[in-house]
Amino acid sequence: MTMHRYLPMTEQDQKEMLAAIGVDSVDELFQDIPEKVRFQGQYNIKKAKSETALLKELSRLASKNADLKQNVSFLGAGVYDHYIPTIVDHVISRSEFYTAYTPYQPEISQGELQAIFEFQTMICELTGMDVANSSMYDGGTALAEAAMLACGQTKRKKVLISEAVHPESREVLKTYAKGQYIEVVEIPHENGVTNLESLKAEMNDNVAAVIVQYPNFFGQIEPLKEIEPIAHQFKGLFVVSSNPLALGILTPPGSFGADIVVGDAQTFGIPSAFGGPHCGYFAVTNKLMRKVPGRLVGQTTDENGQRGFVLTLQAREQHIRRDKATSNICSNQALNALAASVAMTALGKRGVKEMASQNIHKTQYAQRVFQDNGFDIAFTGPSFNEFVVKLSKSVKEVNQKLLEKGIIGGYDLGRDYPELKNHMLIAVTELRTKEEIDNFVEELGDSHE
Amino acid sequence: MNNANQPLIFEITKPGRVGYSLPELDVPETELTEYLPTDYLRVEEPNLPEVAELDIMRHYTALSKRNHGVDSGFYPLGSCTMKYNPKINEVVARYPGLAHIHPLQDESSVQGALELLFDLQEHLIEITGMDEVTLQPAAGAHGEWTGLMMIRAFHEANGDTQRTKVIVPDSAHGTNPASATVAGLETVTVKSNENGLVDLEDLRSLVGPDTAALMLTNPNTLGLFEENILEMAEIVHGAGGKLYYDGANLNAVLSKARPGDMGFDVVHLNLHKTFTGPHGGGGPGSGPVGVKKELIPFLPKPVIVKNGDEYAFDYDRPQSIGRVKPYYGNFGINVRAYTYIRTMGPDGLQAVTENAVINANYMMRRLAEYYDLPYDRHCKHEFVLSGKRQKKLGVRTLDIAKRLLDFGYHPPTIYFPLNVEECMMIEPTETESKETLDAFIDAMIQIAKETEENPEIVQEAPHNTVIKRLDETQAARKPILKYQEA
Repeated sequence: MTMHRYLPMTEQDQKEMLAAIGVDSVDELFQDIPEKVRFQGQYNIKKAKSETALLKELSRLASKNADLKQNVSFLGAGVYDHYIPTIVDHVISRSEFYTAYTPYQPEISQGELQAIFEFQTMICELTGMDVANSSMYDGGTALAEAAMLACGQTKRKKVLISEAVHPESREVLKTYAKGQYIEVVEIPHENGVTNLESLKAEMNDNVAAVIVQYPNFFGQIEPLKEIEPIAHQFKGLFVVSSNPLALGILTPPGSFGADIVVGDAQTFGIPSAFGGPHCGYFAVTNKLMRKVPGRLVGQTTDENGQRGFVLTLQAREQHIRRDKATSNICSNQALNALAASVAMTALGKRGVKEMASQNIHKTQYAQRVFQDNGFDIAFTGPSFNEFVVKLSKSVKEVNQKLLEKGIIGGYDLGRDYPELKNHMLIAVTELRTKEEIDNFVEELGDSHE
Repeated sequence: MNNANQPLIFEITKPGRVGYSLPELDVPETELTEYLPTDYLRVEEPNLPEVAELDIMRHYTALSKRNHGVDSGFYPLGSCTMKYNPKINEVVARYPGLAHIHPLQDESSVQGALELLFDLQEHLIEITGMDEVTLQPAAGAHGEWTGLMMIRAFHEANGDTQRTKVIVPDSAHGTNPASATVAGLETVTVKSNENGLVDLEDLRSLVGPDTAALMLTNPNTLGLFEENILEMAEIVHGAGGKLYYDGANLNAVLSKARPGDMGFDVVHLNLHKTFTGPHGGGGPGSGPVGVKKELIPFLPKPVIVKNGDEYAFDYDRPQSIGRVKPYYGNFGINVRAYTYIRTMGPDGLQAVTENAVINANYMMRRLAEYYDLPYDRHCKHEFVLSGKRQKKLGVRTLDIAKRLLDFGYHPPTIYFPLNVEECMMIEPTETESKETLDAFIDAMIQIAKETEENPEIVQEAPHNTVIKRLDETQAARKPILKYQEA
């Protein structure tokens, strides 16, 4: 029989166990599978490789990719190359965390439950909201769930979303909306922020939610103060998608009256990993507490009056409510929420602010160097760590040249915005040095108009 | 386990302490008011911790000692497939060329990643017997919804807009009906018969021109193979519906039966179960969806294509249901699953299922004397016991679960499936040795004896855990969901 390092059963074990079961062969245990559908033989897949040989093969495969550590990246558009404190990976590598299931048995899951409780607290602190859940798949699906919550709460079937929200999040929203028969109306942007006149024109008492991103997809700071009264005028909900790092410096959406704040905590301690797993978050006002999708951890006491933590308000969830649940989410991104918690803890009150501030300063510096070298900056409002530059040729072509120099260029906005053909969205995080920024502009040479 | 109560990180904070080291700011610094309007400059700082690096490590180490994982001990949680999480997977997922690549890089610069994903799809196609696979869904429930959205799109493309009903067995996971609702469909429940299998007569009476699909886990959540699967497929297909396979229990049938051959049109897999992506304390997972030919046009976009030796994303999919997740799925989990499949190979995967099924049947037979066995036939990778006998003596299944904690075990799934009274659902997996199973069986036998002789010890369990039973009612009535300074 096949012996393998993950399979401890010996031939002797098998003999004894089959005898205890009362069968003569393994095959007898599979006789309930109708012969017509019984799979014959073995899968036609690659043969097993030894540990060493597989590591070698996959390491070679990995090195075919141009990674953000060997190259210098100015690519953001929702996923960022940030400082990850070394300690993060050490904490999440504790296998008591990563080999555990959802903490349904609180007596032996206090570690995970407390860590999530701390995560919920930190997200509330950053967003200025009352309640945060234990995580969602990512920022995009969290945004779609926010729209569904708003429709359920207001009993309306239409949402307005700014075109300055991440294009892939809008696509995900549209897929979910189809499922729920929700109408999605996109509000155009003007000079890189939501066009308030267009927004006002679409507002009425059929609108369940107004959704904007802060900072938005172009890196611009949306005027939440002006948007909030429009969003609430007809008693719809105000939904803000936010990069939580930016909230170390920016007034949190909660202070502007947001009802739901969602986003992705990838900026805290989570590698880009080709787009996932990242860590969606979901925060609401107290009023919406019992409508939140996903798991919530609450504080309580045991029989001896000791403080402890449990999964709570489970009557919202699929395993209790089945087809009446507020969402179908079950697995979330717990381990990534732990990574984000560790990073937020390491950075702490001071570090989150300092890191956010560095992003602004470096981005402002980069914008000035671009302007000084004859490039047009497309949008001129206040921004966080991204800005848009107009090029004289296609972004794809430019990026291919840059890659030869070890630079991963910015995002091609023409892919999603026909009016922004040859426009590059550039992200400058705290990891980019002055020298790298100067060199980037130099390599772009005369790619301006 | 660490019995000392660990303070919250906010309670060990001290103003001024730092746990980070940011790069030096090498560009000119000015007042932020120059860049940002004052209304948008945060006034009140977020109350985040202020702790040094060792404080952080000790805090989380202390928390980890108050947590039970597969590496800590046996975890026979039914339907969750808590098998060993190989360490090589963790190493590979952390290679810089896989962990630190950006999803929006030019395709030419991520050919290695695309090759891996494409090859993983090819492996999953063979394993499931389907024609195409998408790796975009982030978890099982997300995959269910994706699959149902595709089925809905298929029916709508055929003008069958009246097909809005999804038939789900009474033993199904809660995500099945919840996913149907999110996909805009209605759930209809089909009964199980006295053998724990779908009642064919009831199924016949439920199908009709409004049937969108039947969702089925096979083996079902009782650990029993739905041996009438071909008749069921005929009934559902005959009525014009589609067959959906919930892959939660795929560990039971690797190399033994493929959903594609059983007549299923759509299948989702839980790579964090059968294919060892760790559970992570609740996630992240990965929930790929496989489909038969006629559903391929409806797959979420983009789809990975291979042109000669080059891999690319195809966005030109006019009938696609659209995007279900930003970027391309939980790549890091897909990398782990791929590493696992390549570690096991065809013989390894066959042995996985055989050993998992032997382990489950062995435990079931040895425990049948002490606990009620509602379905007395060979099980697959898991089985259910009923605590009816113990309940008569005043000991509930919840008590038995709590008593198991004292022995250092994670208890089985309890009170699920819903159609078995005082249910305990036990899934040992193939990575556990006979010695481990025997020790667990001995503990279960001891608890059965305690129930007869000294029930208080079970009723008052756990006795050795870091905390006693918690007041869940209080938690829900007066929710405290974040730290508030005293």
